[in-house]
Amino acid sequence: MSELEKPRILKIHVLRFDPHNPNDFPHMETFEVEEADGMTLYIVLGEIREHLDNSLKFDFVCRAGICGSCAMLVNGRPTLACRTLTKKLDEDITLAPLPLFELIGDLSINSGAWMQGLNKRLETWIHDKEQELNINKLEERMEPELADEIYELDRCIECGCCVAGCGTIQMKPDFVGAVGLNKIARYHLDPRDKRTDEEYYELIGDENGVFGCMTLLGCEDVCPKSLPLQSKIAYLRRMMLRTGLKG
Amino acid sequence: MKIIYTDVLIIGGGLAGLRVATGVKDRGHDTIVLTLIPPKRSHSSAAQGGMQASLANCAMGEGDNEDVHFLDTIKGSDWGADQEVARMFTHCAPKAIRELAAWGVPWSRVARGDHTVIINAKKETITEKDEAHGLITARDFGGTKKWRTCYTSDGTGHSMLYAMDNKAHEKNIEIHERLEAIALIHENGRCYGAIARNLMNGELVAYVAKATTIATGGYGRIYSVSTNAIICQGIGQAIALETGVATLGNMEAIQFHPTAIVPVGILTTEGCRGDGGLLLDKDGYRFMPDYEPDKKELASRDVVSRRMTEHMRKGKGVSSRYGDHLWLDITILGRKHIEKNLREVKEICENFLGIDPAEEWIPVRPTQHYSMGGIRTTYQGESQTLKGLYSCGEAACWDMHGFNRLGGNSVSETVVAGMLVAEYISDFCDKAESSVNVQSATIEKFLKREKEKIEALLTKKNGEDAYVLRRAMEKIMMEKVGIFRNGDDLQEAVTELEELYIRSKNIEVFRSKSRAANPALVNAYRTQKMLKVALTVAYGALLRTESRGAHSREDYPERDDANWLKRTITAWPDENQTLPTVSYEDIPISNMELPPGFRGYGKDLTIHHPETKVRQQMVDLIKEKLEKEGASRHEVQNALMPFLKKLPKKYQKFNERLGDIHE
Repeated sequence: MSELEKPRILKIHVLRFDPHNPNDFPHMETFEVEEADGMTLYIVLGEIREHLDNSLKFDFVCRAGICGSCAMLVNGRPTLACRTLTKKLDEDITLAPLPLFELIGDLSINSGAWMQGLNKRLETWIHDKEQELNINKLEERMEPELADEIYELDRCIECGCCVAGCGTIQMKPDFVGAVGLNKIARYHLDPRDKRTDEEYYELIGDENGVFGCMTLLGCEDVCPKSLPLQSKIAYLRRMMLRTGLKG
Repeated sequence: MKIIYTDVLIIGGGLAGLRVATGVKDRGHDTIVLTLIPPKRSHSSAAQGGMQASLANCAMGEGDNEDVHFLDTIKGSDWGADQEVARMFTHCAPKAIRELAAWGVPWSRVARGDHTVIINAKKETITEKDEAHGLITARDFGGTKKWRTCYTSDGTGHSMLYAMDNKAHEKNIEIHERLEAIALIHENGRCYGAIARNLMNGELVAYVAKATTIATGGYGRIYSVSTNAIICQGIGQAIALETGVATLGNMEAIQFHPTAIVPVGILTTEGCRGDGGLLLDKDGYRFMPDYEPDKKELASRDVVSRRMTEHMRKGKGVSSRYGDHLWLDITILGRKHIEKNLREVKEICENFLGIDPAEEWIPVRPTQHYSMGGIRTTYQGESQTLKGLYSCGEAACWDMHGFNRLGGNSVSETVVAGMLVAEYISDFCDKAESSVNVQSATIEKFLKREKEKIEALLTKKNGEDAYVLRRAMEKIMMEKVGIFRNGDDLQEAVTELEELYIRSKNIEVFRSKSRAANPALVNAYRTQKMLKVALTVAYGALLRTESRGAHSREDYPERDDANWLKRTITAWPDENQTLPTVSYEDIPISNMELPPGFRGYGKDLTIHHPETKVRQQMVDLIKEKLEKEGASRHEVQNALMPFLKKLPKKYQKFNERLGDIHE
């Protein structure tokens, strides 16, 4: 936007609902905000709350695309609001909370509780019962390339975009989603985790795990961290099939 | 009345809080973690560049050890740090990183053979040894003698936090999300837990505990532009202050990071410069070597931030509608390096600036980044004045950073302090004196008081708008309590903040009257608390008539050890007072391992304390004598300033290094 051009007036249409208010019902509300240079949806929503409606609920924490708090539907597509620049969008912008998660109010969702449940269910931690750790000694070695590969999958920020973009989970509410399958791929790759293929099979070798995925791959399309979800799900499926046939 | 009992209540679910939780749980104590947000979304996740630990695995880290890390940390602190605490920290950092390696952090590793790197704008080749292959590697950071900052690309905090949170799940630690501690419960100098507000439904809950730990991070958001997450508002410090008993330390010690992007203030890691990136002015000229010929772009953060500001004041900044800025050039590192080791930086540049940092320069300027000050504690993390209240990480001042923190020492501190404080808390909880002797009437009194405060905010008529007060506070802090400070501005800041504070007692929440999830209500009570914190910062800065580390007074450019080798202690004993009470705590030279000296930046303007010379002579004598006798470095250290016995037994052993094995 050049200095001379008149700034656009953005029309922000927000799906609003306060589940704590018995008289409220889901409805759309429109706010008008004058666009500024480099404006993001974080700035837009902050302005609405400070100047137009201080009851508007939404979640931002890092506002830098790192923490995963602010995933929402922007014009129907799951994405991180904090790093969405308004100049890339039309004047009319529709915002709605991510579906499938518990609604706290307006655009604020309880994705944390969902992710906590997922992490506990898939036991997303290093399983290594045998080794007594001696932190005074040199650390165990790891191939540099392997560490990089693990980090690649470790970059998931649990924002919930892949869950909201998943076709399978609409029909199977207990489906672990791409976020869950990616975590299993991450730990399976990690030699520090001593779980066997059979143990992983127990976790995801069913319809709510890797065999439930219908391969629509909305997850990969919307992942803000561009994780290689498609190839990891395919890999896990081959691996789990092999394990299943063995058993 | 809802009361929940536990042994150890932990307020804050970032790296420090979670590490305390796993530690006390291992010792058999019950614990509950209260967090504003899911722990994995904490500000710890935003730490990009790395964690300092003197492993000495990579070629450029050879010869590193606790002694060198200690030296760098104390110099970095401008001799403001507690040297025993800094020793405890540097001794435990290698242990903490090795623990995290076992817990799943995919630390970047040493790869044997030749590597091309950029050092001082020139390509150089370094050769990694065979025997180091596969061990944890490190990068260069500001103010350090060795390459000591261990990393996972530039998502170090993220990987550490995920490993830590997953560990907490493994240990079945109870985490209560979206609960905000709004007051501490205390009586007769003893803390018994906290009153917390559920941010989803508005319910007030009393958490009663033997030990209460505040690990809520820093208070950067009292400034209008900060690299901090928007939840870093100093509420932990404020609720400690509001007890009237607990104290805060060195609140005026605020760090400005040299390279946050303009205008939004999002951080680009020090790793950019550590890996060879340069700072350029409006003419594309590399100016740092003119100011700091030795360390150049990799001088300590406070120094680089001041030099950049000086250079912009000379008219060398790039003008923009958001004010002047400078350039950070990482194009010389090459696309391959950026896409592997600086990928978060690349994403941030793409998403927020619309530029490709492998092709274009990044607009940056110094921005509020870190709070060296915090809840004043002993080396065990316990408040000096309120028994049973603990604090660690950025929230605390125990005090290992003094007046300037080194890059890479913050996430390192969180996990080390968490490890240690968990043990001290457990020792306390093992004793009979820790049992909770608080009457339910006391708990009820605190609950009632908080409930009434919230009702008052919601029902007040013709009151003040919290957003207006808060914006005014943020602006004052930016303009008058910034990188360079002076008496006139600081006096104005204190006067204006005091007025705002008085007005804040009359805040009214307009329109949005819900008692459940209500962002306007949250902003209202937090603004009242933030103003108190802002006053401790501004008032402490006004009274400190010297320049030390990040506290830089234009009217008092000297570091004045003769008068100011002391910690600022602030308290708020009477709720009717409108300014904090300030006192000072001496930093004794007589037991320093490293007596005050020159940091090596710019001109030496130190006004020395008479005791410095005496202590330096003694240190030299002891060193000379022991070295002649063939004493080990540990023996020399122990003779100068013994600290090992202060550590929990399990952490007293020395750290093994590659050099020890191959010698």
